[in-house]
Amino acid sequence: MKKIKESLAGDLHQIAMVLAVAAALIVFQVINDGRMITSSNLQNIISGNAYVFTISIGMVMVIILGQIDLSVGSVAGFVGMVTAITATDWGWPWWVAVLAGLACGALIGAWQGFWLAKMGIPGFISTLAGMMIFRGLVIWISHSISKPAPRELEWFGAGSLPDWGREATGLNLPTVALGLLGAAAVVVSQVRASARRREENSRHVPVWPTVVRTAFVIAAIGYFTYLFASGNPGTSFPVPGLIVVVLVIFYHVLTQHSRLGRHIYAVGGNKAAAALTGVNVDRTYFFAMLNVALLAAVAGVMFIGRSTAAGPSDGTGWELDVIAAVFIGGAAVSGGVGTVLATIVGGLFMAILNNGLQLAGISADRTQVIKGLVLLAAVAIDVMSKRQGRPSIIGRFMRGSRAAGTPEGPAVTLPVAGPEVFAEANKAAVQPARGGETA
Amino acid sequence: MRGPTDSILEMERITKVFPGVRALDDVNLVVRAGSIHAICGENGAGKSTLMKVLSGVYPVGSYEGRVLFEGNETRFHSIRDSEASGIAIIHQELALIPELSIAENIFVGDEPMRGPLIDWRSARKRASELLALVGLDLDPSVAVKKLGVGQQQLIEIAKALRKEVRLLILDEPTSALNEADTANLLELMRGLKGRGITMIMISHKLNEIAAISDAITVMRDGKTVDSYDVTPGTVDEDRIIRLMVGRSLDHRYPEHASKVGDVVFEVRDWVVEHPDNPGRLVCNRANLYVRAGEVVGLAGLMGAGRTELARSLFGRTYGIWHGGEMRVKGRTVNAATVREAIDAGLAYVPEDRKTLGLNLLDKVKRTIVSANEKMVLSGRLISRAKEVKAAEAYRKTLNIKASSIDTAVSTLSGGNQQKAVLAKWLFTEPDVLILDEPTRGIDVGAKYEIYKLIFRMADEGKAVIVISSELPELLGITDRIYAICQGRVTGEMPTAQADQEALMRLMTVGASPEPVSN
Repeated sequence: MKKIKESLAGDLHQIAMVLAVAAALIVFQVINDGRMITSSNLQNIISGNAYVFTISIGMVMVIILGQIDLSVGSVAGFVGMVTAITATDWGWPWWVAVLAGLACGALIGAWQGFWLAKMGIPGFISTLAGMMIFRGLVIWISHSISKPAPRELEWFGAGSLPDWGREATGLNLPTVALGLLGAAAVVVSQVRASARRREENSRHVPVWPTVVRTAFVIAAIGYFTYLFASGNPGTSFPVPGLIVVVLVIFYHVLTQHSRLGRHIYAVGGNKAAAALTGVNVDRTYFFAMLNVALLAAVAGVMFIGRSTAAGPSDGTGWELDVIAAVFIGGAAVSGGVGTVLATIVGGLFMAILNNGLQLAGISADRTQVIKGLVLLAAVAIDVMSKRQGRPSIIGRFMRGSRAAGTPEGPAVTLPVAGPEVFAEANKAAVQPARGGETA
Repeated sequence: MRGPTDSILEMERITKVFPGVRALDDVNLVVRAGSIHAICGENGAGKSTLMKVLSGVYPVGSYEGRVLFEGNETRFHSIRDSEASGIAIIHQELALIPELSIAENIFVGDEPMRGPLIDWRSARKRASELLALVGLDLDPSVAVKKLGVGQQQLIEIAKALRKEVRLLILDEPTSALNEADTANLLELMRGLKGRGITMIMISHKLNEIAAISDAITVMRDGKTVDSYDVTPGTVDEDRIIRLMVGRSLDHRYPEHASKVGDVVFEVRDWVVEHPDNPGRLVCNRANLYVRAGEVVGLAGLMGAGRTELARSLFGRTYGIWHGGEMRVKGRTVNAATVREAIDAGLAYVPEDRKTLGLNLLDKVKRTIVSANEKMVLSGRLISRAKEVKAAEAYRKTLNIKASSIDTAVSTLSGGNQQKAVLAKWLFTEPDVLILDEPTRGIDVGAKYEIYKLIFRMADEGKAVIVISSELPELLGITDRIYAICQGRVTGEMPTAQADQEALMRLMTVGASPEPVSN
């Protein structure tokens, strides 16, 4: 028993999340008489929520920093409108229009980043302002009228991969290839991880949990690959889903294995300590704000592609879905905690919930109530599991006896310090901006 | 043995078990009414756990054994119950709300009411009386954040005295205080004793225990090792240390002979202005130098500018820099950011490891490499293998007690957290190491290990600067000491010729007409 826990150590939260997603799928499959897990519905879930997933990748990094961006919905809407107007009204080639839209997103991100990093205005305030400003601008530049989007964008927002091999096999071969690639990646990473565990731990680590886990994951990949590949002719794993997958891989590596990623966690965990460790706090803030706006721009372009037009109210309320995904994914409001992968699972959970309730004929108002309760419950469970044990009950059992020499009883005390210490800490973080150039 | 008749508190055969840990194992404690009873022990010995049992933080039923307070067996379910019985506890970490006023803090949760509204007039009046009782002459409507740590500690006591307290527990009351505030607090404790209040004091500072205690109980590994009466002022500190660590610590400071080389670090005419207080210089033409292999102390009272100087040197992270020259190994260094300071070979271990030294959410291995991630890069990404190898090496050499390098630093004891911070800075391979209060809040055994580490770094040819409020520590481990007062370096003396009085004189000369220059 202990060994099982050991082999799972660290990803318990993520495993619980994945199980919750699987359970939701199965429950809705039963409730909706098998209409949930079908090729077309899954394709629908993926391409219908790709924009949320995309933005949430950027949002989790902002939230790890202990900040928030409320303007992403407005920014996505604004960028979508800029792209549509430049392409349709001004006659720019579609790809130039897209680049212009993305450049707008980057510029807006730099603007938000400036207020946070250079002026020290909390993200909540500056992006609340941004939310109003860019929503206003969308309506202003569009005169409250929807603009048709370039047709080429449909591929990004709702497109499918080339339908090779359909006649011969009845399957979409590019999707199958992606599935195989994914399975291979899982095998390689698990083999490497278990080799590493063996090397780091001198004692014997059992192999079978890894094998079982890998087998489960591959079976799941195989099943979903089949579903996505065997849909209606002309369909495949959706292109927006593929874009999300690429972004997830890129940002997972960035946050977990690059210096910049480490710095984001360092600043979120303890800004003053990070500053005294040589982390450029301002630059980290600036990057995260710029990045989330850029991803919002990508989401905006994908969205108008799917809906074939840019509307003045596009993106309204998106920030809430995105932030919900991040917190269901286990991020902490106080910063320092969260991952890209868990955020995507959190987003998937919300998407499945939304879709499943819709299929069951539950009206939008009630869906909204249920989503709110689920968000609250998910975060409450997370908070309680952390609080009860201190360190969590699971963590305590897993560590066995007093391994780490817990000081004075098991309570892990949070840093509490007199106000002067905090004042000092704030100074440390503010100083480079304020007094640096005076010399 | 004491007769039970004059005891105010008897704790009998207390055992408290956490999963996997026997935090208290058959502990007995008898406290005489009207005495000051010191409890000593290393971190993890069970002192705070025992006090939590006493004060109801751990409710009745969650431990074995019996607690008799004033002859009656207690059945506390929460800290409110113990407060109602006349027991008050003051925790190590201050629990005041900085934005609220003194009066609001004293009466928070227990506001005097007149009808449905709070009677602030009588609250303020009562607060003034309490402030007078603890020797503070302050307006009770002043916000707590404007007070110094010493005054805040006194306010905590005033808050405890609000109710009729017969047993006052002070957990490390002086850990954040400077010498003047400490003396003040000890005097107040004597006064409270005169008023018939019994006190239990937990402290690491043996000189304070020696000065004030009537009885001492020493704990080790969850057990009572010894308990005996003493006369204040004639306490054998070495006996307490022997009991605490269970072995004889012949010397509190390791033997060390420095092999001093050339000057590595030099600061000339360093001037820094206070960030919020224009015109006030926290460093006023400071001059100092440190040679390779030398351990140099910075002595000064709180607010003298020691930390301010160190932080300013370390990438100008404090105050507004107005000039001065810094040389590392003969090269002029112009480090305007922490990164540049690190690259120039400086390392700074801050005084408060929890708020400034560590990201408590991090793992040990990430902490160790965090100031020099370049060393573990492979291409543009961090190599897990390199990281593990580096972290493992430092865990071994520094003897960081953690079950693995994947453990969260928050679960380590204070001494081991401090070692993790030291590891982080040693990993940057600095030439100059500035240690700000490196042993604050850690126990005797861990201190000894930190001292040995400091000596090892010096032996590797690094220039080491140690800032400490404890003069015996500076006298015990340094080769040379600079005294600082009001931003000026007011003196310099080889440790061999220094003593506490001489240093104290230099630390308090204030605006001496002729600051000593070197």
